[in-house]
Amino acid sequence: MSDEVVFFLIQILNGVQYGLLLFLVASGLTLVFGIMGIINLAHGSFYMVGAYLCYWLAEATGSLWLAILLAVPLAILLGLLLEALLFSRLYARDHLYQVLLTYGLILVLEECRSLAFGDDVHGVAIPSWLDFSLPLTQTLSYPVYRLFLSAACLLLAGCMYLVIQRTRLGMAIRAGSANREMVQLLGIDVGRLFQLVFAAGVALAAFAGMIASPIASVYPGMGNQILIVCFVVVVIGGIGSIKGAFLASLLIGLADTFGQILMPQLSGMTIYVLMAGVLLWRPAGLFGRT
Amino acid sequence: MTRKVATLPMLLGLALLLLLAFPLIGDKFYLQLLSKIMLMAIFAMSLDLLVGYTGLVSLGHAAFFGLGAYALWFLSPKYGAANLYLSLPLAIGVTGLAALAVGLLVLRSSGVYFIMVTLAFAQMFYYYALGAKWMGGSDGAYVYVRPDARLAGWVPFDLGNYVHFYYVALLLLALVYLLLRMIVASPFGRVISAIRSNEGRTRALGFPVFRYKLASFVIAGALAGLAGYLDAAQFGFVNPDLFGWRLSGTVLMMVILGGMGSLHGPILGAFVLVLLEDYLSGATRHWLLPMGLFIIFAVLLLPRGLRGLLAKPPAEAADG
Repeated sequence: MSDEVVFFLIQILNGVQYGLLLFLVASGLTLVFGIMGIINLAHGSFYMVGAYLCYWLAEATGSLWLAILLAVPLAILLGLLLEALLFSRLYARDHLYQVLLTYGLILVLEECRSLAFGDDVHGVAIPSWLDFSLPLTQTLSYPVYRLFLSAACLLLAGCMYLVIQRTRLGMAIRAGSANREMVQLLGIDVGRLFQLVFAAGVALAAFAGMIASPIASVYPGMGNQILIVCFVVVVIGGIGSIKGAFLASLLIGLADTFGQILMPQLSGMTIYVLMAGVLLWRPAGLFGRT
Repeated sequence: MTRKVATLPMLLGLALLLLLAFPLIGDKFYLQLLSKIMLMAIFAMSLDLLVGYTGLVSLGHAAFFGLGAYALWFLSPKYGAANLYLSLPLAIGVTGLAALAVGLLVLRSSGVYFIMVTLAFAQMFYYYALGAKWMGGSDGAYVYVRPDARLAGWVPFDLGNYVHFYYVALLLLALVYLLLRMIVASPFGRVISAIRSNEGRTRALGFPVFRYKLASFVIAGALAGLAGYLDAAQFGFVNPDLFGWRLSGTVLMMVILGGMGSLHGPILGAFVLVLLEDYLSGATRHWLLPMGLFIIFAVLLLPRGLRGLLAKPPAEAADG
């Protein structure tokens, strides 16, 4: 194969990998909104919290795997804590107040991060047995860790699919995103369901931050950056739709990657132009209900 | 109710008198701080038209603030002054046009979509300004000379003079307040209030809801542009953060904290938030932590804003 074709294939792999990572974060955002009716601006901060936890624990233990193993329960704990302290008070409130409270939460988490870790950019080492590249041609190669990352995201997405489509819990989740009041009336313990969904959303976002940290590094503001991209994903996919979030994530991942190659000056804007186009065509997103 | 109606203009008049007299005692620092507060109050009132009166929660209002600021930068010759009477209407007009274009897209969505889409569009402006070398990129750009207020050789005031700027900001604040009062009391204002309380019913009554929402969006955008223009004129500096979502979040907080749907509420909110920000950022480098906690507690404890502390809950019909 010529270098051009391989280069093109590598960009597709990169785009898919970015898209799959986005999906982990965006799925939590869309689920929390679809089921609990809460718009959570602080969702991106959980991605950041995951990355910093991973950085901290990887420094302390010397192993990325051990760090992830320890950080995921911590993230779940954080989710349960925040749900009990803050988010449970927001269910009955207008979106406006949800926006403000979660905006306040972003500031708090961001400053806690600054207090604990400072404002420098940090790197996390790739585990040695994954730290090599597959040679594709004379000059081009592909890092194995990125392949591993995509595989991990796909595996999680598959698990999510099974849980949502094949279990009782998944049934409650699907019903909840279709009609919240009805689920409550049917006697499903909504409080428990909300706790679970919220904690799962936090854990997914944090996990995404953890496995992304070796390639994306760990830096201030990383949470807000991904949050806004996830908003675009959710808007394109349709709020509350997991399937929509999956397809929109891949679309955005590829569009952003190719935007950077084809129009480097305007690369920051590609995904927003895409969003504007989808809004013109289908105001409620690809899989949204109007 | 009658008592409240009578006291509000008195309180506002008293506040106006205090603000008019303040330059007699205030030094340069406080006059500039108050000027900043007043231009933020204009910004917050413009958002209140959307959030409090039309029921559209925008989290991207800073897009138009930034655009107004960059418009002044664009219209200023490199080392000369822009003509105030030319550049100000142009800046407001350009922002209004941008709001029209953005509004045509974002108003196709509603509710929580609207929140996300407005934020995403503001980020689009932000990223453009960040990457655009001709606009100074991430470093921003300077407006070296303040807009020139010369009228056929006569100079009524000098915007480079902080006392003059203070009075111009106060005058504009009062004018914008009166303009918005007139708008919300007009038949147009009645319709947008109706849209906020029940959009479906308003549409069923035969009102072209989309056009009303768009008009409200354009007015709010243009006034935000005015505030942004003043910001660039006061500080002589523009950078991409003027489009940023921190500013959009802050101004939304001003509206909610002060009490939305009241116009004087957002002015109060602007005072409290800018003063708080000034105090906290002077006290600690990590001032966003107490600020964030303040916002969280304000949402949990003050469901109706600061205004709610002062007045009894109004009847539902009073603002509908």
